[in-house]
Amino acid sequence: MFSLFESIGRYTLLMKKVFSRPEKMRIYRERIMYEVEALGLNSIGLTAIISVFIGAAITLQMSISLESPFIPQYLIGYATRETMTLEFSSTVVALILAGKVGSNIASEIGTMRITEQIDALEIMGVNSASYLILPKIVATVFFFPFLTIFSMLIGIAGGYVIAVVTGIMIPADYIEGLQYCFVMWEVIYSLIKIAVFAFIITSISAYCGYYAKGNSLEVGKASTRAVVLSSIVIMIFNLILTQLLLT
Amino acid sequence: MIKAQNVIKSFGDRTVLKDISVEFATGQTNLIIGRSGSGKTVLLKSLVGLHNIDSGAIYYDDVCFSELDFKARKAIRKDVGMIFQGGALLDASTVAQNVKLPLDLFTTQSEEEKMERVNFCLNRVNLDNAHHLYPSELSGGMIKRAAIARAIVMNPRYLFCDEPNSGLDPQTSIVIDNLIHDITKEYNITTIINTHDMNSVMEIGEKIVFIYEGNKWWEGSKDDILHADNRELEDFVFASAMAKRAKLAVK
Ligand SMILES: Nc1ncnc2c1ncn2[C@@H]1O[C@H](COP(=O)(O)OP(=O)(O)OP(=O)(O)O)[C@@H](O)[C@H]1O
Ligand SMILES: [Mg+2]
Repeated sequence: MFSLFESIGRYTLLMKKVFSRPEKMRIYRERIMYEVEALGLNSIGLTAIISVFIGAAITLQMSISLESPFIPQYLIGYATRETMTLEFSSTVVALILAGKVGSNIASEIGTMRITEQIDALEIMGVNSASYLILPKIVATVFFFPFLTIFSMLIGIAGGYVIAVVTGIMIPADYIEGLQYCFVMWEVIYSLIKIAVFAFIITSISAYCGYYAKGNSLEVGKASTRAVVLSSIVIMIFNLILTQLLLT
Repeated sequence: MIKAQNVIKSFGDRTVLKDISVEFATGQTNLIIGRSGSGKTVLLKSLVGLHNIDSGAIYYDDVCFSELDFKARKAIRKDVGMIFQGGALLDASTVAQNVKLPLDLFTTQSEEEKMERVNFCLNRVNLDNAHHLYPSELSGGMIKRAAIARAIVMNPRYLFCDEPNSGLDPQTSIVIDNLIHDITKEYNITTIINTHDMNSVMEIGEKIVFIYEGNKWWEGSKDDILHADNRELEDFVFASAMAKRAKLAVK
């Protein structure tokens, strides 16, 4: 229990260092652009593949379980849209990104720690925490919401495609369902969630890497810890944010 | 001048530096020698503030460095260059970007001025054709030389080197030793070098500090070291078979 408080304390101190005044804005802008590419653009493929298949799967499952003359068909489209917007494109996508981006960040920063690259930055007089971590946080918090919107669209398209290909329902009904009872707030809620999750993934993974010590084995452990820890925290914050924003 | 005063440093209940007091003069190459695990790296990292010391004080000229906070240390860090045991170049940047980084962050020079300085430093360490290579594409000696170039790019007043020639062949070692020695003289730098290489000691050692199990066991010049009346130092100096034979021959 004590070590939990100690970890939270060290995490808070690190974040304080991360958010102190940047050395030179121009350098930071360059690094943010670099991280947008490394952490954001490079995740588009993965997000697209998973979203299209999940969207299709939901549509398929719904049309099987809602097969009854008393239930209007358009509800299938409605269910697909709701699942994607409310939960999948934010929370599940965040969990997947925690695996990809989180382990990437933790191992990169962890390797820099054990090969003394972080010490080298400190010796130059650079605030290494801010220099290395802030651009990653800004890049992901800014870019992950676009991934979420992208995932919603692709997932819904996946459902449409499966409807057309299998002929399991009338595509026009599906489209009608998509527009049924649409509440903009649900999309915004999802975008707020993903922005918070982006911060959680990046900051926790960076924390795990930054305090890695020892050898490459430890870096491996740090990156596993980063994924597990950020996933758990994401689940907790998913409940908290839902309670705060939706009820 | 850099001075350590009664420095004590421990990790958990293991005391690694046991009350070390020592002074390193400006414009000369000061060597810290000692066996592997004796505490050389910990001493060097304590001097630059990468380790916080338990008690004692560290002075950079007249400034008590160990009492400064993070911000005030930053000002001094602009005058500090350090070469790490493994080079510690940033993996994601080319050699030229590595050397240029301090200039990017701390000067307002134009791009041409910066590149001119980078070229000068890389030329100084004989790395003219490696600008666009990444650290993973360099040999061990090239990494060390690139690290030296990065350490001197800001014209440091204090230079710290942790085993600058470990893992290098004898010829390259001498080149690097001489390079550090020349730079020290040329720019009147306070240079502190960790080494366990007796060749370096005899080649460029002006002041030599022998660390034994975390204590300062002996200090003196390279002329004294061969005649020092100190059991542990003698064991260290004459550890190699060749040195032993040479000593017997002299007797
Ligand atoms: N971060 C640390 N935590 C705990 N113990 C440490 C730490 N760093 C060093 N030590 C211990 O301090 C002792 C001295 O280590 P140091 O790295 O200074 O040796 P060294 O003289 O530089 O050896 P070498 O010549 O092999 O580099 C070692 O016994 C090591 O176990
Ligand atoms: Mg060492």
